[in-house]
Amino acid sequence: MTLQCLIGAKFNDFVLMATDMSHLQSIMVQKGDDDKMYKMSSNLVMAVSGEPGDTTQFAEYIAKNIQLYKMRNGYELAPSAAVHFTRHTLATHLRSREPYFVNLLMGGYDTNTNTTELHYMDYLAASVPVKYYAFGYGGMFTLSIMDKEYRPDLNQDQAYELLKKCTSEIKRRFLVNLPKFRVRIISKDGIKDLPHIVAEGEPA
Amino acid sequence: MVYPVHPDYTTITSVYNADYVKSILAYNGGSVVAMKGKNCVAIATDLRFGVQAQTITTDFERVFEVGPHLYIGLPGLVTDTQTVLQRLKFRIKMYEMREGRKVKPRTLMAMVQNLLYERRFGPYFVEPVIAGLDPVTKDPYICALDLIGCPCEPADFVVSGTSSESLYGMCETTWREDLEPDDLFECIGQSLINAFDRDALSGWGAVVHVIEEDKVTTRHIKSRMD
Repeated sequence: MTLQCLIGAKFNDFVLMATDMSHLQSIMVQKGDDDKMYKMSSNLVMAVSGEPGDTTQFAEYIAKNIQLYKMRNGYELAPSAAVHFTRHTLATHLRSREPYFVNLLMGGYDTNTNTTELHYMDYLAASVPVKYYAFGYGGMFTLSIMDKEYRPDLNQDQAYELLKKCTSEIKRRFLVNLPKFRVRIISKDGIKDLPHIVAEGEPA
Repeated sequence: MVYPVHPDYTTITSVYNADYVKSILAYNGGSVVAMKGKNCVAIATDLRFGVQAQTITTDFERVFEVGPHLYIGLPGLVTDTQTVLQRLKFRIKMYEMREGRKVKPRTLMAMVQNLLYERRFGPYFVEPVIAGLDPVTKDPYICALDLIGCPCEPADFVVSGTSSESLYGMCETTWREDLEPDDLFECIGQSLINAFDRDALSGWGAVVHVIEEDKVTTRHIKSRMD
């Protein structure tokens, strides 16, 4: 189980994704402002966790290929098509000499059908659409909160409060200190940063 | 801490490091069953998708329509369920384009057998179940294959997945020859639900497809949600 935490939740008009900002190496926090989310296209974000190195390599490879499709064809891949491509890449590498050990959440807004999409994909390339999910040990604390409090028709403020409930549970009960979470929202207007969720006493 | 455990019990030797799993086929969980009736067949699946002890979604169907009266269930490792389905659909479409006719259930079995045996020494971790009616004669057909493509075409029912042992017991007692479609639905539904209620890795509802000559009826059964 990974110490990194990725949280994603999709609502009627937008998708909210949060990742912790600590980059950990053994017992040391190397970096406190890490960005585990990668922008795939104007309406799609991929949050990655797993083997360090594999995460960046894989995310950038997929991002560049999605941009290449846009350059070649003149329009962007729909989120579900991008997820399909990602799954295919991950599944092909699974039984090769260099499998990628990455777990990812892909959240996006499909401008053609006007629907939000959130997809879970684990390192074995099993991909399913989900309403919400949280990877890692942090997920063990947040999933039950989501099960209880999640509703698809929450507005942005209520969704942000839900995320705050999840992260405060992680801060209260998880052994490893994850003081800051980066939050992004994906809607028909694109990808926007929301204020970081920060523990009390921690510099923002 | 390492302690000796009887190999028949599923063991989780460490919570903090990589968990030991009894079998890769039990990593994601899931069960599928198919039964023959009078001029009809039925195939049913549970809906749980999980990673070992954690449930991720409760709407993952493992049974897919690959022809007008032809369904295939792919329980096992979900990544291979998805990969095998995509590769199989490609082969089926190529076949139908070349031959100009719909694939027969028996032929589908041969295709799946070939697909799986190609990976004999690095197999796909799925144990497929096929249920369908012949497009021309409308004869009911069911079969199950193991992960390297060995087929088994019995006259009554086939089971696959993490609760297969319980399913064998349930099906053996409830199945009778020449069940009408509605009776077949009851039989297969009850067999599956009572079997996966005893299995931690399967459950969370069931979907049953009853395939008759002129229609396919799909019913979603709500079961114990645990």
